[in-house]
Amino acid sequence: MEISTLDLKIWRGDAQGGQLVSYRVPVREGMVVLDAVLWVQANMASDLAVRWNCKAAKCGSCSAEIQGFPRLMCKTPLTEYEDSLTVGPMKAFPIVKDLVTDISWNYEVNKEIPPFTPSDNDLSSSEPWRMQQTDVERAMEFRKCIECFLCQDVCHVLRAHDMKSAFYGPRYMVRIAALEMHPKDVLDRRPLLNGKAGIGYCNVTKCCTEVCPEHIKITDNAIIPLKERMDDVYFDPIRAVGRLFRKNRKSESKERS
Amino acid sequence: MSAAQYETVETDVLVLGAGGAGLRAAIAAAEGGARVLIVCKSLLGKAHTVMAEGGVAAAMHNVAYQDSWEVHFADTMKGGKLINDWRMAEIHARESPERVLELERWGAVFDRTWQGRIHQRPFGAHTYPRLAHIGDRTGLELIRTLQDRAVHTSGVDVNMEVTAFRLLKADGRIAGALAYRRSDGSVIMYRCGALILASGGAGRMYRVTSNSWESTGDGTALAYEAGAQLRDMEMVQFHPTGMVWPAGVRGILVTEGVRGEGGVLRNKDGERFMERYDRDRMELSSRDVVARAINSEVLAGRGTPHSGAFLDITHRKPEYIKSKLPSMYEQFLKLANVDITKQPMEVAPTIHYAMGGVRVDAETGASTVPGLYAAGEVASGLHGANRLGGNSLSDLLVFGKRAGEAAAAAVRGKSQEAGIDPADVDEAIAELMGPISRPTGENPFAVQAEIQDVMSTHAPIVRDGPGLEAGLKKILELHARAEKCGTGGSSTLAFNPGWHTAQDLHSMLVNAEALLRSALERRESRGAHARSDFPDTADELTDVNYVVGKSAHGMQVRAEMRPPMPDYLAEAVHHSYARYTPEATE
Repeated sequence: MEISTLDLKIWRGDAQGGQLVSYRVPVREGMVVLDAVLWVQANMASDLAVRWNCKAAKCGSCSAEIQGFPRLMCKTPLTEYEDSLTVGPMKAFPIVKDLVTDISWNYEVNKEIPPFTPSDNDLSSSEPWRMQQTDVERAMEFRKCIECFLCQDVCHVLRAHDMKSAFYGPRYMVRIAALEMHPKDVLDRRPLLNGKAGIGYCNVTKCCTEVCPEHIKITDNAIIPLKERMDDVYFDPIRAVGRLFRKNRKSESKERS
Repeated sequence: MSAAQYETVETDVLVLGAGGAGLRAAIAAAEGGARVLIVCKSLLGKAHTVMAEGGVAAAMHNVAYQDSWEVHFADTMKGGKLINDWRMAEIHARESPERVLELERWGAVFDRTWQGRIHQRPFGAHTYPRLAHIGDRTGLELIRTLQDRAVHTSGVDVNMEVTAFRLLKADGRIAGALAYRRSDGSVIMYRCGALILASGGAGRMYRVTSNSWESTGDGTALAYEAGAQLRDMEMVQFHPTGMVWPAGVRGILVTEGVRGEGGVLRNKDGERFMERYDRDRMELSSRDVVARAINSEVLAGRGTPHSGAFLDITHRKPEYIKSKLPSMYEQFLKLANVDITKQPMEVAPTIHYAMGGVRVDAETGASTVPGLYAAGEVASGLHGANRLGGNSLSDLLVFGKRAGEAAAAAVRGKSQEAGIDPADVDEAIAELMGPISRPTGENPFAVQAEIQDVMSTHAPIVRDGPGLEAGLKKILELHARAEKCGTGGSSTLAFNPGWHTAQDLHSMLVNAEALLRSALERRESRGAHARSDFPDTADELTDVNYVVGKSAHGMQVRAEMRPPMPDYLAEAVHHSYARYTPEATE
């Protein structure tokens, strides 16, 4: 059933450096980019490093940059491209080898986020909890996340400015939103968001939403509502105006003296 | 002192595998006071559990008030064609509601009924709507909940992208494991007081499978080599509905939830053919029946253009389909260019699950080797000859917890065993490095493809004696070739999938051999094991399980009688058969 061949350019190398290597791949109907990469691995380059698992866009392992765009290889049909295409590793994370990057930083961030915390009453109650579908649906959108980290890869705060120490990135804004909007969670994570999580660094360019394979509206439904919650505490406009007055009065008194 | 280079890491309980069973076991062992280390082949949260779509079976009677643990128990036994370990089936049916509610208290968010309780959907061969679910991504919810719980449980640590290749014993007891890091090929010797296998199944030994690259049967093979018994290895499940077209996506799972939500199966003539195979339960018959029905339709020339059946849910409203089956909608639209709200899906059976595996004690998950435990797909007994949909997620919660608790109790107050034989360690590491020293040896991917061909040809949905014999001969030949194979060209230790695949071949071959030998012994048709030369179910084999063990002469299979069920359990099954006789039309 071979119908054509594809010129597949894969980035090969490690932390020391690397380059694009060209492979000719026979194309069958319905093939996705991951099929082509695995064909190269089985037939031409057995040491080609690549992560994958479910091959059904459910595990988020095969994240890569296809023609420079962050996508899941298992969900990208070859028919979207002409007879040549380039696949490289995610650029926001350190290279391990070929298409495999060191994404351990993400796991470290997750550990810093306080887990789901129900009230003592709910915890001690022996009755099964009651929640309404409309109330849980908000959190459900965020719990669809398959942790492919493509949003982290595309986020310019992490990618272009490498500010991993100041901003948790879109994935963990979604994670925090899932906890904050869980009907039974009672913990206040706003100090974390304002502090180490660095929500203020997000300037809502929505690139993360664009690459999300689960179509989570990361910016509109997670980050902006979280930012709004922050404003209530940390950026009250009346207090801000008040502060302005206080500053003016101080400078006036300085002038007088 | 051993000559080979390795790093030593000590822990109380070592868990191999970070799917649902491994994570649940780790949480339980840590809560039991043990230091726990989870070792997994992939990244945390990527395990095969994420592929579970439909739901988790638990008799919570939120939707059908008549449901009870007894009915769930009887459904499980009937689905397994009565060769299940009845005590496991009893424990499972009794404890799964509690395990599901516990998940909710750890932050899992299930779909709700109008009263605000956890919603439950109908599923194949479950008498009542019983599957708690989150759309069609229940497995992801379960693994994310357990993952977050585990990393925030003190005493639990995780080593990712590390593959175990040998279990180590001291004085007949498990004392550790050898493993290599995938990133750089360095070897780690784990020393532990107890070891829990939670490494899943062996679906990769077939060509058309819903399983990932990881499912190479490592746990069963490691246990077998360490002297543990395996059980029911002939029983592998073909899921009736995998994608068939386009060729690139063949085998990817189409959740049973589609049929649970009302999807119907039709052949190319538009006939709803399940009427002829199971008039009572139709599309929601047990998986072995539906898979064989589709197979028979194709063989009779009534298959679809790509040799499958049509699965149609278009009579449901588009909004309903998108909300209840969002990932199926997405999957077909993206990968097959089919809009399932308007067009039928094309489906055919795909290898999905191993009912057989390590023989375990029902209460504790202990194997026949002291210090070695198993839970989840790698263990055997609960599902007998055929697993019901939704019973695997509840399986790994119930028995993951029990194995974790038992392992923690076993190491409490015990010091680490000394006495691992350094010669064993050297030999295992030399074997590991073998393919690296033979870069020009045969390509392991080629051997893997041949194993898949042999199993697909010789142990298909309907088997026969001569075919199984021929398959066994080929698998034994492949064994010899696998021992001499190389890496496929490169001798680097740095993330080298060719080398990693060469290691996996051994596990796949042990599983394949055990399957073929057990299938030859079981001279009848029962559940997932169908033989054209013995088409009937033999009543006298209802009390028999086939047990695989390692002997001086290689692999041995023997029949073993199971003790009879206590009266109250026999009563539950009896009652169920009296009320529903689904097998009558089969």
